[in-house]
Amino acid sequence: MTFSITRRRLLIGSAAGLGAFSLTGCDDVAQNANVQSVLEMAERLTMRSQRLLVSKDKLAREFSEEDISPTFRPNGTSQPDSEDYTRMMESGFADWRLKIDGLVDRPVNLSLADLKMLPSRTQITRHDCVEGWSAIGKWTGVPLGPLLKSAGLKPQARYAVFYCADQLEQTIDGSGTYYESIDLIDAFHPQTILAYQMNGKDSEVAHGAPLRLRVERHLGYKHAKYLMRIEIKDSFAGLWGGKGGFWEDRGYEWYAGI
Amino acid sequence: MATIDDHLQPAPNGPLPVVIRRHSLATRLTHWINVVCLSLLLMSGLQIFNAHPSLYWGQYGADADSSWLSVSAMKQDGGARGVLRIGNLQITTTGILGASGTGDDAAERGFPSWITVPSYQDLATGRRWHLFFAWLFVINGTIYALISFFSGHFRRDLAPSGDEISPRHLGREIADHARLRFPKGESARRYNSLQKLAYVAVIFVLLPLMFATGLTMSPGMDAGYPFLLDLFGGRQSARSIHFICAWSIVVFVLVHVAMVILSGLWNNMRSMTTGRYVIETGRSE
Repeated sequence: MTFSITRRRLLIGSAAGLGAFSLTGCDDVAQNANVQSVLEMAERLTMRSQRLLVSKDKLAREFSEEDISPTFRPNGTSQPDSEDYTRMMESGFADWRLKIDGLVDRPVNLSLADLKMLPSRTQITRHDCVEGWSAIGKWTGVPLGPLLKSAGLKPQARYAVFYCADQLEQTIDGSGTYYESIDLIDAFHPQTILAYQMNGKDSEVAHGAPLRLRVERHLGYKHAKYLMRIEIKDSFAGLWGGKGGFWEDRGYEWYAGI
Repeated sequence: MATIDDHLQPAPNGPLPVVIRRHSLATRLTHWINVVCLSLLLMSGLQIFNAHPSLYWGQYGADADSSWLSVSAMKQDGGARGVLRIGNLQITTTGILGASGTGDDAAERGFPSWITVPSYQDLATGRRWHLFFAWLFVINGTIYALISFFSGHFRRDLAPSGDEISPRHLGREIADHARLRFPKGESARRYNSLQKLAYVAVIFVLLPLMFATGLTMSPGMDAGYPFLLDLFGGRQSARSIHFICAWSIVVFVLVHVAMVILSGLWNNMRSMTTGRYVIETGRSE
């Protein structure tokens, strides 16, 4: 009997402790670096599982014209406010150039007109924001894979890093510049395109004019807008927060397939 | 599952208590891991919901599309009014849903801070917790399902017999439950039919639905397994079903915990921790 009372006390004590923990301690636990590194194991597990369970050429569902969202919500920056961008926008992006450099044999420098002359792909796909909403739109653009192939990737090439014209956060050191990165599996996926058209018209500024990335098996923040330069790299070292993207540097997963 | 411990002394006049082994080690361990997983999945899930507190049916859905459920704050004199809208029905939920705090401290917020992980608005951290505990929950559930299938736990303890789900039998059990009369003696060795049906519905319907609708929200998994989109009618439908199932599980847990308390808190807690469960039999005949 004494034994069971002791045990009962123990149980009540631990229940009370657990209660106190859940009321005051959760945020401390959430901010603990060791806890975070344990939680981050899930991202690697997710990426490995999806890479294993979804073969690299499986396409995201393509929808029909009737399925297109009546309103496609712009997100993130809807009007980059740099002088350079404003000047390019006012001239209809006539002097805008896309540079592809880094670990390539032949760096590329293309105008919007050059891009539009390359073979294109049109796809009606669903855009999933990390917040939870989805919108369906039609995108036309140049498949990234053949473009990278023509630039000639060096053997050390592992990632394509996308630099954008917009600053989502205004900072003096430029760390608010939007950037993103994908690995070569996603870069060479058939639906990964550099899109210059949305819903049959030149992309609007709010949706990333003149050029945005579509990487259809990932969440919205991977689909970088206002592309200026693609750098082929072997790591993210030296890039702002070092996590491979604007939102990744702010705690979001680099692998955004879920 | 019953082995009688013989060292217990019968009470002089009362019923004869018998201690049985009620729950296997696998059931007990996976049960408590599940308690941790489901609690944190709910709290981090509501954090994620708060990032876009509207639900839709179909393949797409965002601000301009019509939602079937939304939680929002409306500006009014002296703060904000929280509103839960389901279809055309609007319910003022200030302080709980839509708006937390009062007066100048009122803040627009879907679910309040005491039920989200972390307490403050932080989608990135909410997702980290949610996806980590989703993995733990799936691994834990898989272990439980494999052991329970091969040990015969499902067949022996959970599958109701034809007789147990006859309307007459169920009617009597519902009446007994309503009067808070719980099984004694031989029948206390087994789960009763309502218990079996509730557990079967959760284990074989609600939890698998949570898992499958969760995967349907993944653009990566949708590419590999597009039938998921057809099964649930689109990603936004899957998100809505995920939300409905989450609250169905909350309702189950509330009833479950109430039954645990009413039918003998200490005995039930001990049986789910050590496995030992006391049943009262009649005087030995």
